[in-house]
Amino acid sequence: MINSPTELEQLRQEILAKRNSEKARISVCAGASCLAMGARKVIDGFNAEIEKDGLKNDVNIKGTGCPGFCERGPIVVIDPEQICYLQVTAQDVAEIVSETITKKKVLDRLLYSDPATNEKAIREADIPFYRHQERNIIGNNIKIDPKCIDDYLALGGYSALTKALFQMTSEQVVEEVKKSGLRGRGGGGFPTGIKWDAARKAPGNTKYVIVNADEGDPGAFMDRAVLEGNPHSILEGLIIGAYAIGCHEGYMYVRQEYPLALENVGVAIKQAQEYGFLGRNILGSNFDFDIKVHRGAGAFVCGEETALLLSLEGKPGEPRSRPPYPATSGLWGKPTNINNVETWANVPLIINNGADWFNQFGTARSKGTKIFSLVGKIRNTGLVEVPMGATLRDIIYKIGDGIPGGKKFKAIQTGGPAGGCIPEEHLDIAVDFDELIKAGAIMGSGGMIVMDEDTCMVDIARYFLNFLTQESCGKCSPCREGVKQMHRILTNITEGRGKEGDIELLEELAMSTSSASLCALGKNAPNPVLSTIRYFRHEYETHIKEKRCPSYTCQGLVSYYIDPAKCDACRICARECSSQAIIGGKNLIHIVDQAKCNSCGTCFEVCPTKFGAVIRISGASVPAAIPEEMRIVVRPKHVPKRPQQKENAI
Amino acid sequence: MSEVSLQIDGREVAASDDMTILGAAKSAGIAIPTVCHHEKLKPFGGCRLCTVEAEDGGRTTLVAACVYPVQPGLVVRTRSQQIDKIRKVLTEQLLAYAPESEVLKTLAKEYHADKDRFAIEPSFCILCGLCVRYCAEIKQKNAVGFVDRGPTREINFIPEIAARECWDCKECFPLCPTSALQAAYVLMKSLAPVPSSERECEKPAQTNSVPGRNQNNTLFAANGGNKTPLQANAKG
Repeated sequence: MINSPTELEQLRQEILAKRNSEKARISVCAGASCLAMGARKVIDGFNAEIEKDGLKNDVNIKGTGCPGFCERGPIVVIDPEQICYLQVTAQDVAEIVSETITKKKVLDRLLYSDPATNEKAIREADIPFYRHQERNIIGNNIKIDPKCIDDYLALGGYSALTKALFQMTSEQVVEEVKKSGLRGRGGGGFPTGIKWDAARKAPGNTKYVIVNADEGDPGAFMDRAVLEGNPHSILEGLIIGAYAIGCHEGYMYVRQEYPLALENVGVAIKQAQEYGFLGRNILGSNFDFDIKVHRGAGAFVCGEETALLLSLEGKPGEPRSRPPYPATSGLWGKPTNINNVETWANVPLIINNGADWFNQFGTARSKGTKIFSLVGKIRNTGLVEVPMGATLRDIIYKIGDGIPGGKKFKAIQTGGPAGGCIPEEHLDIAVDFDELIKAGAIMGSGGMIVMDEDTCMVDIARYFLNFLTQESCGKCSPCREGVKQMHRILTNITEGRGKEGDIELLEELAMSTSSASLCALGKNAPNPVLSTIRYFRHEYETHIKEKRCPSYTCQGLVSYYIDPAKCDACRICARECSSQAIIGGKNLIHIVDQAKCNSCGTCFEVCPTKFGAVIRISGASVPAAIPEEMRIVVRPKHVPKRPQQKENAI
Repeated sequence: MSEVSLQIDGREVAASDDMTILGAAKSAGIAIPTVCHHEKLKPFGGCRLCTVEAEDGGRTTLVAACVYPVQPGLVVRTRSQQIDKIRKVLTEQLLAYAPESEVLKTLAKEYHADKDRFAIEPSFCILCGLCVRYCAEIKQKNAVGFVDRGPTREINFIPEIAARECWDCKECFPLCPTSALQAAYVLMKSLAPVPSSERECEKPAQTNSVPGRNQNNTLFAANGGNKTPLQANAKG
């Protein structure tokens, strides 16, 4: 138990002294993605190898938080040289120990290699994916074993807490956060300091602070990386917030689907209690505060703050109308302050470095950095932290390294399922809360899904509306019915049943849903529809008028046909077809039985490029199959030797 | 409790500060349409037909009058082109479930709503929650509740409670804006003793689901358990 800031500093110096005597430190990303790619075996391999070589006292091995380059996991960083190895497998471990650790030799084949120039990058900072980022929050992940509080302390952890508790009044803390211009990272973008101030000034002795860790956007994992990788940064922010607002009890609402996050957060809270950062009389400051973890039960809408509060109370997670805002009447009717994971993780940085430091990043009205999860048709999938105001083009091309497979970029969807799709011509907008709204999208919590020319924008709108239909709580009718009706129309269009007036009806439904819905889910639910109509209206029109899907995605509008002149009767497509819709045999030109075909496109994909016999047809009728008597493939006569001899023998 | 002065449809209205816009309008004799509101129950804000324009400090937002508290100087407009459009679409959406509801037919007339705009799915239930909330708040029995979310949300009587409480009450029936028969039918189903011979094969019946919602547009009339299938007038 640490009883004063001096004791904390002493402990920190002891930890650092021990660290300095180590010859090498091997950090292996133990985030969910790298673990799935075999990071556990790599860590075990290092432990065994180091033990075998008798280096146990000189080398520190740890599984760390996620640094974000998920595309190339498992990631290994070797300090003090900062050598960054990518896609490391258990087979590489022995060589890394014998060469890099013992002989200080860098293994070229495990380094990042620039796809254009083949130039190798040794350190993290030399890799373009990282070089164009500003990683204030996730940059520390690779240096921290999330289950070891000493790692966090070694990096100066909990110094912001001592600064707030011993050098600042609660009012000064609120003022500093206000001055920083930090806005809520969960999607609302409400100024955090103003929110804190409202909760602080609300009458009442019992108040609550809450971490919203119910990250539910499909394809988004920013909060997950912080929860799993650096849980103490969230706790420190929360304790500072509790001190500023004047409350003694906090909750972390973590979604059940994040087992590793729950585990690491649980360990972190226990360690923080043991060290005296949580509990009674924190660091001898007379300030008491403790945290409980609540596991969410899998409803997307519980990420909405009022629904989250009711869910915490044990009631159905349905939003209620505001006002009253949680700041005056929240959990059990008491003043409550809810912030997202990333918002809380920003707080220690602001307190430690000051509002002016934080202010240097970002645009006029959106300050600081923001983590995005960059996924979809992009070369470098992963987590990306950039200053607010970075352009979408830089994120996609400089950090993400563009679209794979030589395909053309079509759109980027930002802001989760209720976000919007932004086309090529708007890629130079500065990514911040206000600019994204102007472009018809939203910041949301930071999801970014890149789509290439093979993506059908009507089908994408249908996909997101399907998600939202299922996740609407059903309390208010504009959302429950409006989203459902829009989804139904989009399904009809993608299945070839679109009709004149559908676009106008979609717009009308979008208007009533966004204007009259109770919470942000319903208010934003029409975004996927409206943004795709705004930028890709022609795709809607071709679907409705010509019954044609320009990207050959909508199965109901696409047929497959085998060009008899090109078919070599190789039987590959017939073998792969899951519907047994391909008729053909040895030396018989294949045909597609249109009655059986479900347009899955497998035949198109498997037909060898040298033949290229399978043709996609959309918006036009399929030619009749070649008559049976004409299906025999005539091949140049090739007479094998043996039978010839036989013939002679006879 | 202090008095607040606000403007509704160009008229100065005095209200007490614990009132909602709907309450203040009512006290001034200004009508705002509602479906899920009941004066004995806590405001719910579900049907959103009471959506009005509220201007506060130069900023106009659309709010639900039944839940939005009055504020000094608030300027409220209960009708506008946009509000009428919203109410028209909302009424049309609800009419798909209850095309013969008198409450909805009246709204349809006022806002020129077309009852055939969306495919008819006559469950009778528009999920206003009046029965659910009345049973919870006034009777404090919780014999009927919401089940599931989004498109599969429905009302359900909890058989154990309903068998004990509902025979002599049935106060929720007349509250139903679509058809008192709906609640009656769901209750009947929940309380009907299942003959032992059917117990195994009629498993779905024991879930007491609202008819029409999950049954391929086949609706059963609610006349005392006599199951007459009525083909739904499905459109499109």
